[in-house]
Amino acid sequence: MRLLNSYVLSALSGAVWGFLAMIVIGVTLTLITGELAIPQVGAAVLASALGALFTHLWDGKAASAGQKYAPAVIILLALLAATFGAPFALPLSVEPLWQLLALVSFVAITFWSNRQTMADTPKGTLTRYEKEVVFLRVAKGVGFVIFTVMVALPFYVMVMTSLKSQQQLLGNPLDLSIDLSGGLSGMFRSYVELFTQFNFGTYLTVSAIVSVATVILTLLFSVPGAYAVSRLNFPGRSWMSRSVLLIYMVPAIVLVIPLYAVFSQLGLRNSLTGLLIVYPATTIPVALYMLQGYFKGLPAELEEAGLMDGLSRLGVILKITLPLSLPALASVSLYVFMIAWNEFLFAFMFLDDPDIFTLSRGVVSLNSSEVPRQHLMAGAVIATVPVLGIFLWFERFLVQGLTAGSVKG
Amino acid sequence: MSAIADQAGKSVTTAGESISQPPKGAGPMQKREARLAYTMLAPTFLIILAIVLGPLVANFWISFKPVELGDLRAPKVLINERVKGKPKQAGDPATLEYRVRNSSQKNSIANAGFTDILPPGFTAQQLPDACSLKGIDIQCDLGTLEGKAREKLVISGTVSDEYLGLRKPEKASKPVSYGDADSVLTNGTFTLENFRRVFDSDEFWSVLRVTFYYTIFGTAGALVLGLFAAQLLNTSFKGRGILRGLFLFPYVSPVIAVAFTWVVLLDPFSGTLNALLTKMGVLAEPVNFFGQRAVDLHLFGTSFEFPLALSTVIAFEAWRYFPLSFLFILARMQSVSTDIYEAAEMDGATPMQQFWYISLPQLMGILSVLFLLRFIWTFNKFDDIFLLTGGNAGTRTLTVDVYEQGFALSNLGVGAAVAVVVFVVLVTFATLFIRFSTKEEGL
Repeated sequence: MRLLNSYVLSALSGAVWGFLAMIVIGVTLTLITGELAIPQVGAAVLASALGALFTHLWDGKAASAGQKYAPAVIILLALLAATFGAPFALPLSVEPLWQLLALVSFVAITFWSNRQTMADTPKGTLTRYEKEVVFLRVAKGVGFVIFTVMVALPFYVMVMTSLKSQQQLLGNPLDLSIDLSGGLSGMFRSYVELFTQFNFGTYLTVSAIVSVATVILTLLFSVPGAYAVSRLNFPGRSWMSRSVLLIYMVPAIVLVIPLYAVFSQLGLRNSLTGLLIVYPATTIPVALYMLQGYFKGLPAELEEAGLMDGLSRLGVILKITLPLSLPALASVSLYVFMIAWNEFLFAFMFLDDPDIFTLSRGVVSLNSSEVPRQHLMAGAVIATVPVLGIFLWFERFLVQGLTAGSVKG
Repeated sequence: MSAIADQAGKSVTTAGESISQPPKGAGPMQKREARLAYTMLAPTFLIILAIVLGPLVANFWISFKPVELGDLRAPKVLINERVKGKPKQAGDPATLEYRVRNSSQKNSIANAGFTDILPPGFTAQQLPDACSLKGIDIQCDLGTLEGKAREKLVISGTVSDEYLGLRKPEKASKPVSYGDADSVLTNGTFTLENFRRVFDSDEFWSVLRVTFYYTIFGTAGALVLGLFAAQLLNTSFKGRGILRGLFLFPYVSPVIAVAFTWVVLLDPFSGTLNALLTKMGVLAEPVNFFGQRAVDLHLFGTSFEFPLALSTVIAFEAWRYFPLSFLFILARMQSVSTDIYEAAEMDGATPMQQFWYISLPQLMGILSVLFLLRFIWTFNKFDDIFLLTGGNAGTRTLTVDVYEQGFALSNLGVGAAVAVVVFVVLVTFATLFIRFSTKEEGL
């Protein structure tokens, strides 16, 4: 372990940054331009390790401006030399602007990361503490990159695939660039076709109606229930608040066969009424659980004062409790909306009639060999955008809702 | 004895005014409060009874019944009415013919029959034994119609001018049928055949094994990813809010959208990932991530079968649900006071030591609760695997099996029997969860 002094450590961390930056930038370049840019990993590792070593060597208060920025030049030159002037295995004539941008970002990223990694680290032998600080900096950087790519890549692919045509997708699966040659109408053709030929306008409306109605019904049922559990004394109260938790552990798949059988007999199966009975029933326990937790946190004195001043119970709930719990109501509503909007199983089992498909059900119907991929992805985007938009807009509430009630999922 | 009790009772009543004693039993106020509480809870209770608890019981019932998807449509008496003969003028003979059929192939209908009104201008002269006429109302009782049974009833009579003036006299009124069909769902036949078929099939045990692999590794994967993500975002920096929002995307998006995106992304022929890996020389040929049951891996001289499709599905599960554990863990980490870290820093604890000896023990509570909850929810999960692989290539879990047996193979009874197995396993875990949740505050 003594060998692991600051110089070796800086070179090692530089190698990691070079490796990571090259792969990410190379793949990004490939996906943006559609040209196969094979990341020159070896050269990148070498260049960045050298850069890191010199960054560390020339670090210090006495360092001149030249010494400070020289490592960037070293990285650039080393990379170009080790790859014979083709850092992405592409001739420079292909997409020169993008290549230049990629090269600049590689140098900038590795240079900056190298500086950050070894900042405030003394030269020579290091203590365990100092080593771990460096190690954690590298690990965090790697973690950020991996998580961001892991989360963002599927969504990027979803959106970009939906903007392509069949020939483009089959011709070059690597090309996920924005193609402006066909104009806006060419880009959004899948969407236009979904709305004009595949009935997606109706699906969107149905989904919106079902989700909003589910939210309203859920609140109508769960607010009085939650109030009773949190404020009123009655035999079986603690049993009640405990069993609510159990109810939403019941898997939907166990309910689906009997509900299918009974709803078929009652003629409720292929109808929105059927969905509007099942959805609230599955969300009410969660909502009740979340709300009662919030109601319990409100000061009971306020309500007692209201009762003393001659308000009825209903008046107390409407005029005191509910206004005070608006944040909780918002997060419960958003959470329930999300569940109803994203629900798949019951919509899939119950709905046969394309006139009352929800979006989830509609997108499933696109999943056949006759419908091209970009339509499927466009359907996925249409289903995702409203719920993500609402989520981003009300993130604070939704995060509260998620943490309070998302034992369900 | 009774004297003492009397005395005690008396002393309470006399002393009741001066020494305040808590009232025994429920007073009128309390009773009213309880009544109010029950009224407020009643709607919730009723809908849960109807949609959750009722079906739960019904599922057990169905699992003991020989019921198939087709049996859901109750057998009905179908009637086809026509007129025969070519009457030219008033007084000519004509016949009215009813063809009666049982819609079901195997179930009989008891007390079957129908009523109808004779076509206008038709006078019946000869009736079959089964039928009786009252004015122009005709009623035919057929007794029990066996499955597949067909019968023909002919009524002969004469016609008047009014009849001749109509183009289709039989259309003037539609026969109304009746009958008591015995539904398999409600009758008294029970069978253990469903359970026998579930447990006897070779597939069942492999399905059970896959379910546990999926549940355990999916849950653990989501927890570990969530723990890492929470570590990353536990410091404040520019753009932290944006990253936190981004990290929640997989969970907030509809399952249908992200599942199909993964399918498109990992497609062996036109998928971006396979194209990247093959063209950049990492893979020799494209890999069918969701379609290939196993690949042979050679590692350190030994070769073993790696369950590819199952692992991909598990990766999806971890990817989709890490945001949830991430949120919980982050919230818990931010509630830990910083004093303890400052003290550790003074004592010279390294960052890793701080994580191992301070953060992790503090997180153990939330981690174990999360593990149990996620375990139950992953076990219950149906959508993800169904959309990704449809349960093929060695990824069929119990929940997918419920659908497969009940709907794909149209045998509701067997499907319900699998659902019973799901429920029983689940109750075991729920008991465990209740044990834990009494110890762990907060959830």
